[in-house]
Amino acid sequence: MNNPYFDLLMWARGPGFDIALTILIGGILLRVVEIVVLGRKKDLAKPKGSPVSQGIKTIFTRSVPRKGMMKDAPVTYIGGYVFHIGFFIAFFFLGAHIALVDDLIGLNWPAANKALIETAAAASVIALLALAWTRVKDPVRRALTRFDDWLVLVLSGLPLVTGYVAVNQIFGDPTLMMAVHILSAELLMIAFPFTKLMHAVTFAMARYYNGSIQGRKGAES
Amino acid sequence: MADKPLLPDLMKAHGISRRGFLKYCATLTSAMALPPMLAPKVAHALETTARPSVIWLSFQECTGCTEAITRSHAPTIEDLIFNVISLDYHHTLQAASGDAAEHAREQAMKDNWGNYLVVVDGSIPIGNPGYSTIAGISNLDMLKETAEGAAAIVAVGTCAAYGGIPHADPNPTGAVSVSDIITDKPIINVPGCPPIPIVMTSVLAQFLTFGLESIEVDKLGRPKAFFGETIHDRCYRRPFYDKGLFAEGFDDEGAREGWCLYKLGCKGPTTRSVCATVKWNNGTSFPIQAGHGCLGCTEPDFWDNGGFYKPLSVPAGEYRKLGLAAVAGGAALGVAGGAVGRANKARAARAHETVDAHDLEKKT
Repeated sequence: MNNPYFDLLMWARGPGFDIALTILIGGILLRVVEIVVLGRKKDLAKPKGSPVSQGIKTIFTRSVPRKGMMKDAPVTYIGGYVFHIGFFIAFFFLGAHIALVDDLIGLNWPAANKALIETAAAASVIALLALAWTRVKDPVRRALTRFDDWLVLVLSGLPLVTGYVAVNQIFGDPTLMMAVHILSAELLMIAFPFTKLMHAVTFAMARYYNGSIQGRKGAES
Repeated sequence: MADKPLLPDLMKAHGISRRGFLKYCATLTSAMALPPMLAPKVAHALETTARPSVIWLSFQECTGCTEAITRSHAPTIEDLIFNVISLDYHHTLQAASGDAAEHAREQAMKDNWGNYLVVVDGSIPIGNPGYSTIAGISNLDMLKETAEGAAAIVAVGTCAAYGGIPHADPNPTGAVSVSDIITDKPIINVPGCPPIPIVMTSVLAQFLTFGLESIEVDKLGRPKAFFGETIHDRCYRRPFYDKGLFAEGFDDEGAREGWCLYKLGCKGPTTRSVCATVKWNNGTSFPIQAGHGCLGCTEPDFWDNGGFYKPLSVPAGEYRKLGLAAVAGGAALGVAGGAVGRANKARAARAHETVDAHDLEKKT
């Protein structure tokens, strides 16, 4: 007699994870290396400013809203911050996730308590819903939104929701829900290199590039 | 069966007081998750029910389940259980041997056809009947023959319930569970390696007291009263899990402080059993309390579920080799993609034609 929930969990922890990790790592490298190899045309003009320092500075300054933008699009900015910080806390400070990272790369750090993790996860999901709402409500955003955007939104939210359900055993069998949570994270891993989720890696490259162009021209980025 | 003494006579013979008996009934009632008001009914049933014949079959097993049940909470309870039922056949416990032993089984079956209870511990090898035989009879044949006249079967231990350790990969004997073979009789699974003694005795007592219908089982055939919640839910170390405090080794500060054993591979979150509440040895302790994570022994295939010392969140496969291959493959594909892009760019540059205003005017 088998427990199908355990079979699913073992598939998620075994072949499922292997497939997802291979696609994630292979996909990220493919895209990053392709961008680097493609390169840019060399600018032969003498730089008027400092492209390197402005490039590095821009990596960080673009995380701060431009003047007036917070007032113009508060949900986008606040929702964006809350989602990213919440997701970061829920992923990096849950003991089970730290055990995963420890096994993957040998790094270990103290875990946070359940109250903080769950507050962060719940805030993240609420932020995602708010961001989805602005996409529907604002005609410009609605026109700009593609299937890819909805896919990324759903895939980002699923691990948070399923993780919350699995840890608190809100419904479903605990083994099944753990399997579903891992599978939802694996879906995110598979989609990562081929969707806008890739910004988590390329944001630094893109910001540096934009900042360095301004720096080369002698402008403050 | 009718000529066998009822419980009151046996109680006297064994020096058990009525108070002791009622306390035992109250414990059983509580263990079965029944309301306290039903304790008198348990007592009444045990006092008045004629002792049903029980045939205990041991197949591919380690005798751990028998060892466990003989270490039931107190000696008086142990006596009680073996006298409440008429244990007519049990390899390890019976005095008879050889033909006499087998005759006892056959006689019990004949006398109680259709009414006796079969308890099985151990898995059944179907790869080759010769892997495990008793008195020259294969386990498979003995199970089929004995089950035919049984009222119900209780599969005790994970081997009988789900195949257990003999069933572990690569399963050299072709071990299977009782329910893989017998499909026309009610089967109650009491898994565990071994099961908690009082869980075994309580299931038997509930069967005697309220009948088979009273035992609500889950999808895996386990009584919900004992396998309804996960060990993690009731673990006394759960507050440490919630606080994010984990032992990182079996002898570190966290282990000494009694922190959660999740990172040491504890399977409590996915294992259903009452280990954390009923405990063992008269409620003294259970594996997690003794400092070792749960192995998940009440679940099917627990031996193959990703390693005892790997946390549940850690991958169980050979992902490292694949990861390295993905690094190399991804980088190679990236270089190739970049090269194709550069070639396209160069081709576009070569094909580029400059135009001036006169050319445009000509074209229009």
